[in-house]
Amino acid sequence: MASNPNTYKNQPDERGHFGDYGGRYVAETLMPLVLDLEREYRAAQADPEFKAQFDDLLEHYVGRPSPLYFAERLTEALGGAQVWFKRDELNHTGAHKINNCIGQILLAIRMGKTRIIAETGAGQHGVATATVCARFGLPCVIYMGAEDVRRQSPNVFRMKLLGAEVVPVTSGRGTLKDAMNEGLRDWVANVHDTFYIIGTAAGPHPYPELVRDFQSVIGKEARQQMQDRIGRLPDLLVAAIGGGSNALGLFHPFLDDPDVKMLGVEAAGHGLDGDEHAASLLGGFPGVLHGNKTYLLQDEDGQITEGHSISAGLDYPGIGPEHAWLKDTGRVEYTAITDEEALEAFQLLCRTEGIIPALEPSHAIAAVAKRAKEMPKDSVILANLCGRGDKDIFTVAERLGVEMSS
Amino acid sequence: MTRLINAFSKSHPALVCFVTAGDGDTAANLDALVDGGADVIELGMPFTDPMADGPAIQNANLRSLGAGTTTADVLRIATEFRQRHPDVPLVLMGYANPMIRRGPDWFANAAKEAGVDGVICVDIPPEEDDALGPDLRAAGIAPIRLATPTTDAKRLPQVLEGSDGFLYYVSVAGITGKQQAAQTSIEDAVAKLKAAADLPIAVGFGVRTPEQAGAIAKVADGVVVGSALVELVGEHGVDAPEKLRELTASLAKAVHSAAKGAA
Repeated sequence: MASNPNTYKNQPDERGHFGDYGGRYVAETLMPLVLDLEREYRAAQADPEFKAQFDDLLEHYVGRPSPLYFAERLTEALGGAQVWFKRDELNHTGAHKINNCIGQILLAIRMGKTRIIAETGAGQHGVATATVCARFGLPCVIYMGAEDVRRQSPNVFRMKLLGAEVVPVTSGRGTLKDAMNEGLRDWVANVHDTFYIIGTAAGPHPYPELVRDFQSVIGKEARQQMQDRIGRLPDLLVAAIGGGSNALGLFHPFLDDPDVKMLGVEAAGHGLDGDEHAASLLGGFPGVLHGNKTYLLQDEDGQITEGHSISAGLDYPGIGPEHAWLKDTGRVEYTAITDEEALEAFQLLCRTEGIIPALEPSHAIAAVAKRAKEMPKDSVILANLCGRGDKDIFTVAERLGVEMSS
Repeated sequence: MTRLINAFSKSHPALVCFVTAGDGDTAANLDALVDGGADVIELGMPFTDPMADGPAIQNANLRSLGAGTTTADVLRIATEFRQRHPDVPLVLMGYANPMIRRGPDWFANAAKEAGVDGVICVDIPPEEDDALGPDLRAAGIAPIRLATPTTDAKRLPQVLEGSDGFLYYVSVAGITGKQQAAQTSIEDAVAKLKAAADLPIAVGFGVRTPEQAGAIAKVADGVVVGSALVELVGEHGVDAPEKLRELTASLAKAVHSAAKGAA
């Protein structure tokens, strides 16, 4: 296992490796493209105009900074640590995904690309991508597993309203990983004009780094807001993890604050003891998929297995490579929450705070509920409320045995 | 490795034929390819997420995995092939994860014991060579790299460094079995590769007919055919060997009669 470094913020190395993880495991056809992207990203990072445009769009289009909110009644109900939320569900399009899409579409425009593609699971990243494409007038193709198209029809309709073409993917088992395969197949066949907006901090270098950087606005704001409101940093950060972009966005600016502990929450589905979960870090093994080396759900022959979670956004057999590294170094602790626990937390937040959370952050809230009770009343937990729950009400109704007519 | 060198030292260009391991009666399929005149056999290792492949080979992967094919099965198929055909070069083609799951040293040694001559790993570019390349070389197995229409002159030396056996030119920017490249673009590309590489050049992706194969064989050292063969396995199942033999024979006739390009 990796030894403890002096700083946790100097990853990845120049080859895109986070310790043993990450890298650029792509077909030769794509290799020159990811090298181009890296070159352009370095140029953008050094360009004050790029940052100014990014910040301006985040403020006036996305609605940042998102509020930092003290959840008084939830805190009371739990009877332990103070619980605070970073309210990224109040962003335009209702989740953190848009932060990354704004950054990537600005890169695409810089590179002169004229066509955008993306993959989506539950549809949140697809909607965010379709949104920025409409905003900048670029054609957009979204790959979505046929099974997810069926389950998430409101988001499919949103994407179409925004002018995107939604392609149902029937190869494989028709879920998020198959949509990502199809996105890569499109990219490899349209290398000259197409930019692939990857939705999480995974994929070939430099995607894990640039997605993290674009999402780090969450943690930078939260760090400042905490100082302003309570004059100190929180004791514990908590965030849900599918691919891991909202968690990295919150965690990264705090990585070198030794007194701030961090907890990443994976989806335990029906439980980690069976196969029906999506916990790549706790129940997987390192391997190579979709351009990077990371923890994967896989069998003894290296065949990828399907994850399960009540939350379609967490239902992916891999995880961003930086999380793999943060796990091995011990800087971040990882746990998992079952479907049942997430459903309870979903309802708890609705009733105590008047906030309907998405099922993804409901996993984080369930973990918060467990930890808060064990912590003193003067300690502070900050959790990322990374998405709102409108999209999930049908799933929740079904699980609670409520029939809804449309 | 000697077997690969011999295959590309014949008086005619080489026909390289691909089928997926565990799809149909693989032993009989491989025998049919050899019978039909294939000079090099590429055996596909099935993977759940074959992201560089078009529908034909994707489906072959799913059929194979659906039938329960394991890595041990693939190695057994290779071992038995080697026993039946001591002189025909055998190349494994697939994706990184199944190859490195038990460690790259384990895989390289197992492939060596099975009599494998070369390995093509789609998603290990030169930048990630450490993940498998050193172990293959130590086992005397050729790491066969891919060059593509996006591999420019500046990048080509990096691709050639550490590659062996032959250089596989992917003639279209895309996935297997879909489009076919214009003959003139193939000729230009092969000429550039030959000027830079000491290795034989085999051209694949989108090659389906004897006419195409024959035209490519006039300029390249080898021609790779995959999806067209794999489709026959999908269509005819256990009855595929005779169909494979027929198509391979017509491809071999076209490739072998082409005047070998000046190397």
